[in-house]
Parts: sequence; structure tokens; C-alpha cells
Amino acid sequence: MAALEQDARGRMLGRIRRGLRRGELPESVASGLVERLKAHPRNLIPARSKLPRAEQVALWKANIEKEYGTVALAASEAEIPGLVADYLASQNIPAVVRLAPDPSITSLPWHDRPLLSVAAGRAEGTDVVSVTPCFAAVAETGTMFFPSGPHHPTTLNIVPETQVVVLRQSRIVGAYEEAWDMLRREHGTVGDGPTGTRFMPRNVMLVTGPSRTADIEQTIELGAHGPRRVHVILLQDEQP
Amino acid sequence: MLTTSPAFKQNATTALADAGLQKALANAKAGFMQKRARAVAALPEFEALRDLGRDIKNHTIAHLDFYLDTYARNVEAEGGKVHWCETADDARRAVVEICRSVGARTVTKGKSMIGEELGINEHLEAAGIEPIETDLGEYIIQLRKEPPSHIIAPAFHLNREDWIEAFREKHTELAPGRVLDERKTLIDEARTILRSRFLAADVGITGANMLIAETGSSVIVTNEGNGDLTQTLPKVHIVLASIEKVVPTLEDACTILRLLARSATGQDFSTYTTFSTGPRRAPDLDGPAEYHVILLDNGRTSMIGTEFQEMLRCIRCAACMNHCPVYGAVGGHAYGWVYPGPMGSVLTPSLIGVDKAGHLPNASTFCGKCESVCPMKIPLPKMMRHWREREFERHLSPSAARFGLGVWAWFARRPWAYRLATRIGAGTLGFAGRKRGRFGSLPLAGGWTGGRDMPAPEGETFQARYARLRKQGLV
Amino acid sequence: MRHTPPRVALFATCLVDLYRPTVGFAAIKLLKEAGCTVVVPEGQTCCGQPAYNSGDKADAQDIARSVIALLEPYDYVVVPSGSCGGMIREQYAALFAADPEWKLRAERLGARTFELVSFLVDVMGMTGVEARYEGMATYHDSCSGLRELGIKGQPRALLATVAGLTLAEMEDAEVCCGFGGTFCVKYPDISVRMVSDKVERIRATGADTLLAGDLGCLLNMAGRLQRLGHTVRVRHVAEVLAGMTDAVPPIGEGQARQGGAR
Repeated sequence: MAALEQDARGRMLGRIRRGLRRGELPESVASGLVERLKAHPRNLIPARSKLPRAEQVALWKANIEKEYGTVALAASEAEIPGLVADYLASQNIPAVVRLAPDPSITSLPWHDRPLLSVAAGRAEGTDVVSVTPCFAAVAETGTMFFPSGPHHPTTLNIVPETQVVVLRQSRIVGAYEEAWDMLRREHGTVGDGPTGTRFMPRNVMLVTGPSRTADIEQTIELGAHGPRRVHVILLQDEQP
Repeated sequence: MLTTSPAFKQNATTALADAGLQKALANAKAGFMQKRARAVAALPEFEALRDLGRDIKNHTIAHLDFYLDTYARNVEAEGGKVHWCETADDARRAVVEICRSVGARTVTKGKSMIGEELGINEHLEAAGIEPIETDLGEYIIQLRKEPPSHIIAPAFHLNREDWIEAFREKHTELAPGRVLDERKTLIDEARTILRSRFLAADVGITGANMLIAETGSSVIVTNEGNGDLTQTLPKVHIVLASIEKVVPTLEDACTILRLLARSATGQDFSTYTTFSTGPRRAPDLDGPAEYHVILLDNGRTSMIGTEFQEMLRCIRCAACMNHCPVYGAVGGHAYGWVYPGPMGSVLTPSLIGVDKAGHLPNASTFCGKCESVCPMKIPLPKMMRHWREREFERHLSPSAARFGLGVWAWFARRPWAYRLATRIGAGTLGFAGRKRGRFGSLPLAGGWTGGRDMPAPEGETFQARYARLRKQGLV
Repeated sequence: MRHTPPRVALFATCLVDLYRPTVGFAAIKLLKEAGCTVVVPEGQTCCGQPAYNSGDKADAQDIARSVIALLEPYDYVVVPSGSCGGMIREQYAALFAADPEWKLRAERLGARTFELVSFLVDVMGMTGVEARYEGMATYHDSCSGLRELGIKGQPRALLATVAGLTLAEMEDAEVCCGFGGTFCVKYPDISVRMVSDKVERIRATGADTLLAGDLGCLLNMAGRLQRLGHTVRVRHVAEVLAGMTDAVPPIGEGQARQGGAR
């Protein structure tokens, strides 16, 4: 099997080269392409998110609300458990919450709200609410980046009916490219792949509001398979 | 997948007479066009992004060997496995083999046009493995045992009544008297039923909107989140992707993503855009233990270096079919294979042969709307014309049409003969039709006069009258 | 201002030649009003588009060579059709992609070739016409003119100066009417469906007149309107702009109704 596939790989690459009327790329060209990968030039970033800070944050909020997300503001970490409990009560959702096993979430003063039952871990089929951190959020479209890892299992983003996201305002950026740069900076290690660096988590979900479908008569309905509600608690951690 | 493309004409006639289909098409198409127009108008850089998208794809295809090889090495470095599949058969075999290796009984599936191209569901069933479509549009057509009619909205051809009927018939475990008339009730029912299938599945199969060479990631774009449940919960994740899906970097992917949702559904960004890179890592609490990529050629490498190479830029957004008046009239099933609409009229002959799919590139008025909305600026009409050239060269076009055109071209190249024939023709028709001004039927013109009157010519040709008046000094 | 009037070759197109000579004369009148010297080169036939779009490249090239040779000597080539104008302006060069000499000649000719109304407005700077037409018209944007040559505002700008005429925009004015050259007879069911949709849009405006810049589309729409018994008058835009509507009945209407004009 392995030998055969090696052949298939060679044959497919060979057919591509014949179509392009050339052989394997000369080293000079190939190294230029590797350099382009390493430099990963930004192409064109729309001007809409290049704004003064306060307006950029407001644009993120307007965009996520346009996409049916909801936002509550927290002045301090201490307020967050209360905001979670109040939100769940307002929506008649059972106060049983699966927390992301991330210190920034588990260290919040959950015991201030004894009626809220919390446990940390991945989401199981029976979990109805998750609370997760957010790595970065993009003002351009309201999109939130959720890289996976031991502290942030992917199931938390997709299995429960309600996802509560704790977003630190300082993690709001203008465009997707800025979020990737943060990921490269904060997760980058030396890797043995062709570019020599490794930073991609197993899974990165870019989420822009709750799950939806327009498959019936091309009309949008929320809550197709993933969360029916995405509620963001925006922690105001920046000096105005 | 079996093709009915050779019967396009009959398919189209049937489709035009199908009241339910016509109702669904009328409801759906205007929405897609308006939503795209609004999204595009709200982004001043959209045109510049189209140019960039085209350039990125051209650059990638010009170095496709490098980028595919780099992509595959990165997948392998992350612990994933790439299966290089030259044919649909190779790909089907590889998928079934992976499923068998883990003793899979059920497989959940995200929407994948490559899956349709492979007819993977039938092959899994033949191997005793149950495939479960989880995209709601794909789910309903799986229940109805029919192919998708649209590449991003598989149930484009259905009305709510069709959903209700299928759910009542197939969801026999639920109370027959339940109320099902709202869209929301239907979606909730599907959600409940499919949730248990997600949790039980052994293997999850998704497509890929893009592959990233820089990181070895595969990207899926959905609104439902079904793709994420499909690829996160089972032990094994299989990605079905064709070779032209690769792009160099995350930044290049973002440029294309800015075009994709706007062109497809008129959203600024889809709800879920997910980058998957290899299998579960040691400390992870979830994710698949195995990550496989089926990298499919199936005729695509033979498009490189031909007049059809630019088709490899296609990102499957469906803008071309959403704006195509022919698609809007007949729907997707008439095209008879996996890919309908203008992009299918170019791609299908490449993949199944122009002898079978010859109608498709002919069934276009060359109105050019598809090219004008294509985010990758693919010259679709030009490529349909290239297919017509190939058909003409191979004498595949209908002989009556060839003969008629041959006669016309013969006259067009001989001004004296043209002058004579047009004077006689215009004179005769003009005389015969001078009172009423038109004809209800004419010999050899049934194609025209079946549904239209044929206006009569004025009588004297322009050139004859011009020569006459000029002689008289009147012009 | 120019000192010598430009010499313009009118390429009438085979459809105008055969069906609607008045469009050719309307074009001559408008071009003269715009200050051009108009020549109708003898020996013109068809631009070759039927062969080109049917995949018969060899015949299309043969025809294109003779059209290029015929029209090369003039300052401009003007065509009362966006489709045939687009063929010469945009497609001839593509047809000779593998023949540098003819490609160059095709490009040079293409750069000097224009559809009639866009030539009057964009090249000759015409801003109005001396014409009268009593009625409410709706204008269909033919596909090649619109998307290949960017013709949209020019006919509307000139029509706005026609005395007595009001313009009512139809919905989907930019959607194909279903003509498509040989398409309309190869796939008549689809074509008739498309033109039926177009007829609905035309009727919804309440306009009594339908105008467009391409005879193929006009014949198609007139034929369907009349088959359904609608009385909308169908004309080439040049007839109205040149004030020549008395010279000929609307397309598809007999002399009986018009009272034997001309």
C-alpha cells in the first residue's frame, strides 16, 4: 500500500508538472516559495476594521449582534459568574454548566453563585451550557477564534445548546490576519515541517454567532446542529 | 454517480413542467441574488479581492506540485495521513478501507461535493457501512434517495411540504400525529434525530473548502455546525478533497474566505469556519484519534495546461448557478450529474467526458452573468465555447445544426452569394409577411415558432436599399 | 473639436441587413448628426458569431479575416448591436490567440469598433437627440452590450432627451431574454421560458413600447409578446433616437396596422 501510494503521489505530481510543461521546480524557485510561506504576506485587509480602538470594539459588538449573538459587559472578573447565572435564568436554561478547563475560566469565583452547578472538562451529549474563553475576536465580522487544546476542548463550542463566551476586550483585533499573528506569536514553536515552525492547534474554530440553516426554503432558522445561543460576556480589561 | 447529462433536453422539459420545482426555484433564486448584491455592496474592496483571489489561485496552480507536496508533508508532520488518489475508484477504496480498519458501522458525513463525485454513500452501503448525511439539505435528499440539485443548497428544489412528507414517512419512531408545519419544528426534529447519530458514529467524513500548504490544515465552512460535530466526535476523521483546493497560507485562505460567503449566501462570513490539523494531540480531551485526507485527482491534472485550467480556481460558491437564468429555469437535476449550472457545464465534460456531457456547455445563452459574479473571475462562457469547439472538432455536435451553420458560414464568406440569397430570402419573407408583420409558423423554424411568432423582415435588405438610394443620391 | 469628421464604417450586421434595414438607416442618420462621415463598406455579411459560438473556429476565423480586411481602412467601425459589436471588439482577438499577425490586426480593429449608442455618447460626446416619440418605453439591457461593452447609461441618457417619451425601468432589465443565438432554437423550451419571464417584467411596467439595442433579443421578445397577444410596440433604440419610427411599423407588426408607412 505504502509503495503504491508513493507511486500515486509521484504520478499525480508528475502529471501536474507535465501539464505545466516543466520538471520539478529548480531550487531557486522552490526556496522562494518557502520564503513566501514563511513570510505569509497579508493580501488586502478591508479598511472597515481599521478604526480608533473604541470604535473597533463597537464594530465587533455590532457585528456579532447582527449575526444573532448577544453581548453582556463585565467590568471585572468577579462579575462574570453572576452574569452567567442571570443570563441562564433569563433564558430559562438549567443552571448546569460545563466550564472550559482553562485557569482563566475555572479560577473565576463560581462559588459566589451556589445555585450554579459547574464542572470543568470536555462537553458530553448531556451538557446544555458551556463557558469558554475566546482567544481572539475580529471586529471585521464579529468572528471569534477558538483554538483547541487541553484547556479548550472543541466539543464545548459545538455540543451544548448554549455557549457562553468570556471575551477579554484586549483580545479584540481588527482583521483575521491579526488573530493569526497572535496565534503564531503565542503558540509558535520550532517544528519539523517544511516551514520550520509549528503553531496550529489541532482545531481552530472561527465562530460567528449561533448555528443556523437556510436549507428549508432558503430562510434562516437558528439552532440547526450547534449552539442555539452564543452569549458573549465582554470583560472590559482595557483602560478607556 | 450515474449521469443523465445526455438527456439534458428531456430533463429540462420535465423540469419546466414540474410545478413543485418551479415554485421552489422561484422562491429561492431571488433571495440568493439579493443577499449577494447587498453583501458585495457593503464591502468596497470586493472587486480588488476578486482580483487577488484569482491571482492567489493562479499562483497556486502554477506551483501546484510544490504546494501539494508541502501540504502533504505538513499533514504528515502533524500525524495525519494523506491518501493520493488518482481515480474515483482509488478514493472509494481508500475510504472503505479506513472505515473497515476501525470496524465502523456508521459514518456521519458533512456536505461534500467530492463525496457526491465519488458516489461514496453507495459504496459505503455496499460495504455494509451506514452513511448518515448531517447537513440538513443533504439529510432530506438522502431520505428522499435523490442527488443534490445545488452545490451549497442541496435541497434547493424542495418546498416545505416535501420536508414534512419525508419526515412523516421516514421518522416512524415519532408520533404520526405530531405538528410539523413550521420550519423550526422540522429543524428541531432533525436536530434531535441526528444528534444521537453524531454521538454514535465511528467515522466522520467531511469535505474541504480549502487545504493550507503552510500548516497542513483542512478548512470546512458551514452554518449548521454539522461539519464540526462530524469531525470532532468520532474516532476517525476522513477529509475528502480534490487537489485544486490547496492554497499557500492562512492569509491567502482569509482573502478567499472574504469572497466565499459573500458570493455564496450573501453572508459576510459563514457561522463556522474550521481549520483542522492532524489527529487529537496527547493532552487533548476530544477530537479524532485518526486524521486522513483523501486527495483526489479524478481527471483534474489533465485540465492543467489546457484551456480549462482556469476552472481549477473554482471555490464552489454557487454564485454562477444562483445567477444563471438557465439554472433558474430548470434547476440542478436537469444537468444530470454532480455539478449543475455554469461551473458544472465547464467542469462536468472534463470529468465525465464531453461525449456524455455535451449538452451542458451548449445550454447557455452566453449572457455572461456567471462570469460577472464569479469571485475567482473564471471566464465560464469562454470555456463553454471551448467545449463547443472540441465537440465540433470531434463531430459530436448534432448534424442538422452543423449543416445549417455550414451553409450560413459558406454564404458569410462569399459576399456575392450572401447578397443574392439574403435579397431573395428577405424579399420573399417580407412579401409574405407584409400584412400581418409576422408568422405563426414557418417551415424549418419549429424551434422558434413553437412558443414565439416570427417577426417578418421589412422586405428589401439594408444593403440593397442602401445601394439603391445611393444610386439615387438619397444617402 | 475635430477638424475633419471621422470616417466611420457602418457594419450593419446580418440581422439588420435581413430583417430591419431601417435600423441601418437610423444609425446612418445618428452618426451624421454626430458629425461623422458614414461609409457602408460593400461586401459585408456577418461577423461570424454563429460559427464562433457553435465551436466552428475555422469558419469563424475565415469570416473574421474578411471582416477585418474590409473594415480596417476606417477611423471607426460602428455596429448597431452590442452582440456583434462585442464580437469584433472583444472576441476577434481571442479567435486569433495563436496567430500573432491577425491577432494584432484584430486588436487594432477591435479598439476602434463600437456599438452605435455607446459610440455616439462616449466617443462623439452626443448628449441629446432631436426626436419625438409619444409613449412610455422600457429598455432591455442586452447581455453582450451590458456585460461585454458596459452599455447601460448611454441609451438611457439619449432616450431621456426624446420629446414625448417617458422611460419606465423593468425589474431584471439586466437578465437575459433567452435569445442566445442558436440557443433559442436548440433549447426552445428553456428559451421560451426565459422570454416568458421577460415578458412578465415588461408587462409589469405598463410600458407601451419595448426598446433594446440588439435585434436578436428584440425579435425574440417581440415574437413572444405577440404570440401571447400583447400589444407592446417593439423597436430598436436607434429607430426612436433617429426619429424614424414613422418609417416602419414596430417589429412584428404589419403594414395593415401602421397604415402602409414608408
